Amino acid sequence: MAQQQPPLHFPDRPADLEEDFERDLHTEHQVLNMGPSHPATHGTVKFLIELDGENIVNLDIQVGYLHRGFEKECESGTWYQAIPYTDRLNYNSAILANIGYVMAVEKLLGIETTERCQWLRVMSGEISRIADHLTRCGAACLELAAMTPFLYGIEARELSWDMLEMLCGARVTSNYIRIGGVKHDMPRDFPATAKDFIARIRQLLVDFDDVITSNRIFVDRLKDTGVISKEECLKHAVTGPILRSAGVPFDVRKANPYLVYDQIDFDVPIGEVGDNYDRYLVCAEEMQQSLRIVEQCLAHLEKIGPGPVNLDDPRVRWPAKGKVFNRMEELIQQFKSVTEGPRVPAGEGYFAIESANGELGFYLVSDGSAVPVKVRCRPPSFINLAPMGEMLKGALLADLIPTFDFINMIGGECDR
Amino acid sequence: MEDFGSAALKRLIDDIPGAVTESHAYLGDVTAIVAVEKLGDVMLHLRDELDFEMLMDVTAVDYLGREPRFEVVYHLYSMANNQRIRIKVGLADPGSGAMPEIASVTDLYPSANWMEREVFDMYGIRFEGHPDLRRILLYDEFEGHPLRKDYPKERRQPLVGPRN
Repeated sequence: MAQQQPPLHFPDRPADLEEDFERDLHTEHQVLNMGPSHPATHGTVKFLIELDGENIVNLDIQVGYLHRGFEKECESGTWYQAIPYTDRLNYNSAILANIGYVMAVEKLLGIETTERCQWLRVMSGEISRIADHLTRCGAACLELAAMTPFLYGIEARELSWDMLEMLCGARVTSNYIRIGGVKHDMPRDFPATAKDFIARIRQLLVDFDDVITSNRIFVDRLKDTGVISKEECLKHAVTGPILRSAGVPFDVRKANPYLVYDQIDFDVPIGEVGDNYDRYLVCAEEMQQSLRIVEQCLAHLEKIGPGPVNLDDPRVRWPAKGKVFNRMEELIQQFKSVTEGPRVPAGEGYFAIESANGELGFYLVSDGSAVPVKVRCRPPSFINLAPMGEMLKGALLADLIPTFDFINMIGGECDR
Repeated sequence: MEDFGSAALKRLIDDIPGAVTESHAYLGDVTAIVAVEKLGDVMLHLRDELDFEMLMDVTAVDYLGREPRFEVVYHLYSMANNQRIRIKVGLADPGSGAMPEIASVTDLYPSANWMEREVFDMYGIRFEGHPDLRRILLYDEFEGHPLRKDYPKERRQPLVGPRN
């Protein structure tokens, strides 16, 4: 017969076992490298995440992987040569960056383009905005493992890029806007095609909405994640859909109307709490508003009929070919325009537009020559990304993905 | 003057004597050139008294061959009054490889954090009191500050291996 063991005795053990368990469980913070190339982030960025279990303690965001020296390149070319570089800032909505830069140059030159051109610019810019928001929402779905809505979104984005291709010959890097005008007027069959495409985009947005907006998984992943308050937004100069989702109705198109936005009827949607779900809803509604704007532009362009799309100003636009081939002065002017482009009066100017991500500003300094002294782009992606570390303090690691998606950091614009 | 922003500029000139050395409203952009030692006072006044809640942009310009050589440019926006103002601070080049210095406004406007890091990265301007002044767009081993006008565009940088 085995001898009975005496009960084990732990002299240090306190009475409450659970408390003891808590005290004994010793964990260390873990540092996780995410990126610079990670399948769940669109954009090249590296996160250095300090984790306590699954919770983020510290987040260091390292940007710059796509730095191409935008400002340095602009400062070494003529005023015209910077326009293709602006295409490559936010490559989802290249035309908006074109418009921002060109209008800043026009501000320094003191010129205003023709009416038809202004409506064309608004229309092409809004098509770009739709493409940008579709990328944001579609890619967010994909990175939350929802493939179907991503395909709806991407089909709609293809349609908007097809419209841009009809307008300017390129899908992504459009290079459509010129100082004092646009490259050329829209093709004759554009309005009819655009109407068909808009109807199809509307249908795709309905499908997108059906599978996503009240989808339990999607809502649970987005609700109350990545929250930023109104006050924090202002402190961090966050603009665009993120600011609007926090309940601030700030939109440069309404606050400082440029082009013909003051003649267009559209609404600025706002959210309530400033979480990712509100951001999604704001973007979804902004796409509807942009479609409304495009339709108004098409109607107005039809109403005003054909007209010049370029300013008749020899400083910025080339003379007509007939004159170039037959007259000496125009030939010289053509030569000067091609080799050095416009000379912008000395001075400085800041011009801001509402891009898809927020306030896109250009601060230009000229010394009166054909080469800019300074081309500063105020990149909304860069500035909106900065407070992400604070937005995610204490959050789960999994919340990083939707938050990053709805901040919509575009590497080209963030890193320039 | 009726054009926007100038009432704020007038108050700024009146309230902090000696801070604004020069001002203009070229093309409607209200601009105040501020003495470097008064920058903190001016920013505090703009934020708390004149309702400029947002520091939209911080950048610098290198006017090589002019005195002062650098200019740090701040763009502020007041949402309450829908006004913009530009604050510029001239910074002389101390020479002999030393960096020009200016007070950081990160404690007043947290948005300045990354933008000041970018200016430091690109122009080699040191922001005193910045909590985390590191390079941001370029890597630590990068030599020089590429947006300075005396940095040649074609200059090659040494290759660095992976860092862990």
